[in-house]
Amino acid sequence: MARLIRTEKEVEGRYEEVWIVVEEDALEQWPAGPRRIVGQPAARIDGRERATGQAVYTADLALPGMLHTAVLRSPHPRARVTHLDLAPALALPGVHAAIGPGDIPQLVDECNYQGVAVAAVCADTLAEARAAVRAIDARFDVLEPLLDPDEAVARGHLLAEPRVRSRGDVERGFADADVVVEAEFRTQVVLHNSLETHQAIVEWVGDGVDVNISTQYIWGIRDGVAEGLGLPPDKVRVVCHYMGGGFGSKNSPDDYTFIAAELARRTQRAVKCALTRREEHTAAGNRNATIQRLRIGARSDGTLTAMSGEFVNAVGWGGWSSSTEGPMQMLYACPNVSTTTHGAKLNLPPMKAFRAPGFVEGTFGLEALLDELAAKLDIDPLELRRLNHADQDEVEGRAYSGKNLLECYRRAEAHWNRRHEVRSRSTDVVKRGVGMASQIWYGGGGPPSYAWVRVGSDGRAAVVTAMQDIGTGTRTAMAQIAAEELGIPLDHVTVSLGDSARGPYAAISAGSSTTPSMGPAVRAAAADARRQIDEIAEQRGTPDAPLAEIVALLEDAQILGKGARGPNPTGMQVLTFGVQVVEVAVDVETGEVTVERVAAVHDVGRVINPLGASSQIEGGIIQGIGHTLSEERLHDRVTGRLLTTTLESYRMPTIADVPEIVSELVDEPDPHLTNLGSKGLGEPPIVPIAAAIANAIRDATGADVRRLPISREEMLRALREAAAREKERVGAPARV
Amino acid sequence: MTQLSVNGHDYAVHGDVGTTLAETLRDELALTGTKVACAEGHCGACTVLVDGTPVLSCITLVHTVEGSEVTTIEGLRDHPLVDAFVRTDALQCGFCTPGQIVSAVALVSRTPDPSSDEIKHAMAGNICRCGAYPKIEEAIRTWRD
Repeated sequence: MARLIRTEKEVEGRYEEVWIVVEEDALEQWPAGPRRIVGQPAARIDGRERATGQAVYTADLALPGMLHTAVLRSPHPRARVTHLDLAPALALPGVHAAIGPGDIPQLVDECNYQGVAVAAVCADTLAEARAAVRAIDARFDVLEPLLDPDEAVARGHLLAEPRVRSRGDVERGFADADVVVEAEFRTQVVLHNSLETHQAIVEWVGDGVDVNISTQYIWGIRDGVAEGLGLPPDKVRVVCHYMGGGFGSKNSPDDYTFIAAELARRTQRAVKCALTRREEHTAAGNRNATIQRLRIGARSDGTLTAMSGEFVNAVGWGGWSSSTEGPMQMLYACPNVSTTTHGAKLNLPPMKAFRAPGFVEGTFGLEALLDELAAKLDIDPLELRRLNHADQDEVEGRAYSGKNLLECYRRAEAHWNRRHEVRSRSTDVVKRGVGMASQIWYGGGGPPSYAWVRVGSDGRAAVVTAMQDIGTGTRTAMAQIAAEELGIPLDHVTVSLGDSARGPYAAISAGSSTTPSMGPAVRAAAADARRQIDEIAEQRGTPDAPLAEIVALLEDAQILGKGARGPNPTGMQVLTFGVQVVEVAVDVETGEVTVERVAAVHDVGRVINPLGASSQIEGGIIQGIGHTLSEERLHDRVTGRLLTTTLESYRMPTIADVPEIVSELVDEPDPHLTNLGSKGLGEPPIVPIAAAIANAIRDATGADVRRLPISREEMLRALREAAAREKERVGAPARV
Repeated sequence: MTQLSVNGHDYAVHGDVGTTLAETLRDELALTGTKVACAEGHCGACTVLVDGTPVLSCITLVHTVEGSEVTTIEGLRDHPLVDAFVRTDALQCGFCTPGQIVSAVALVSRTPDPSSDEIKHAMAGNICRCGAYPKIEEAIRTWRD
């Protein structure tokens, strides 16, 4: 029977209360450990299509009569369009339509960041569209941009009221401390740089639109386009069979979709609007810069007594102020914690979610400062973390649905114990050391999410749901779950996804939520199909006959199972945990930092596919190494113009930058979470890596790096500072 | 018109001045396995073989390869490296994968048993934002298994 319930929904740390319809029959979780298919390594079921180039991405689609778009974007961080004439563009060959400010809300004449869309043209070819955009007569009155986050905070130029979160008595906590450490940390702007750029093809069909789009959230696009165009949601069909990376930046329709929709409406043709790589570097979102002024107090035995932080998120002109304070609030047992978070509104491109937004940045500051505290207290960093382990969620006083962080620490010991041997391999020039950092993040997923399972007389099954696989391998995980529940081989299951017209509502692929949201719905659907097959067997008087024998009776008839994601455990905190141990080599003459080895131990509940899971861990760590050592979107401090607009100037890791990576998962089902006990793994591995690298650098050199990326300049600065401190310390007795 | 041999088939393509090999392959011949991710020669996604040598098709003008033998991922579907990439999970979103495999084919045809350093040297021009690198190396190391 369908039940209507009120429950909490969480995406990337933001909660909302929602009504959902639950129609699942509760299933017992499978016992812990690998099973026949679930928990066994599986190659991607769509691997061959992707590897051979047969998989058709939005970038590969060419619809009949399709036109191409080029967009005029503001070259200035802050400017007013004083004159705009589209006529010269419209006069060029191949051009079908041109639009500007006033035609759709996404095109503006008040430009508040470089890259904001001003006008757009569609033509028979991309070359013609680009030539036409160059022909647009546009003049700008250039205004002085606001670029400094601290100045924005001082002037009250904020996206929202500052977020103040406080528990206990922080002043008292610091008064009770034997040791207090404080420092300022800064993190930079980094770019998602999905290899398939943001793009959409829109075509008006009857009184609705078809939207082919590279997206992480088919149903969010459907609702966003419907709202933007004033259509009923069912008149918007959204299709995305394969997509080339998103990392948080492809959750919403954005300007290119609405530009394509308007040009398609005017021309009555299919219109593609695809960002170039250089547009991707300005107008596709970013991980915003942060400033973190942190303070931690502890007793001499290592017990934390107080923590406080003032956080400035340099958000840009839009987006939201993410939970940079989250790790300080949530990671450790500490009775007195106070944080204030400002979202500075600047004349810079808006941020978007980027793989654990806020927590990546906040963990860097907190976990690096915690090691400074460990050094002052002369306590082993691993012991300090164990000592302050949170046995329950301290923010809201909730029990954890499942937490195996202490087990992660235990398994990390073998890697941590390598530090004496690693240090001993140092030379006068190359110093080696080991550092660690803990990870906390969300990843429990939630309702609503639905799936259907269709079983035919050939004994094969199809999972049908309108979800997306953004490259994390969810197609494969869903096939494993269905095959396990039905008791059939993995290669007897296909997964049909990627089309809002051909399947039920499915969750967003963000917030490490796809597997924990969709997996339980798929299992419920498969169980529903299985139950129907058992009923047939019962009626036939052969209750123990194998599935293949029963369904063979069906001829053209099919068994249709349906399943829904149930609610999360009420009043419990569903989180993921982990720890990473990093070994680095620092060249103290050049400041070059090389990550030589990373050991990662994470707790995300039951593991569906250990092979895909290890890929997620490796990918997150490698992206995190880029964030820590080489990636930075730079802008001119005076004009605000962006300086890193190509993949040559914006340096992402290559295969030559990859260390040895060892990964391990606790693989203990979360006993309170769904019929699977599985959480997500897309984000956790990128959370602790920057702090672990910084802590390894301190272990190797004694230097405190406090700014990302740890460029050679920052490394040499930290080394000079450490040398001066040492000189002061050693020199002090002589002056007495 | 420009005469071109692609995956063993002869084509006469338009090849207007300024047309890149990637545009010809994707737009005129509908061989969309070759991906374009940056269109300025920085990422390696568009890698194809021209007479056996890996080239960046997004910055190669089509008229300059007239008379050459071009091999794209569509011509390499039966190469053991494809199965090696799938078996070792050396791909995530898959957008860079055809270019990775083309570069790897060029490597193993010269050096069937490449060392880790040789793999890193040959593959450093192919960016994978998902970070499948450890398994790309494993796929190339074990491509004949």
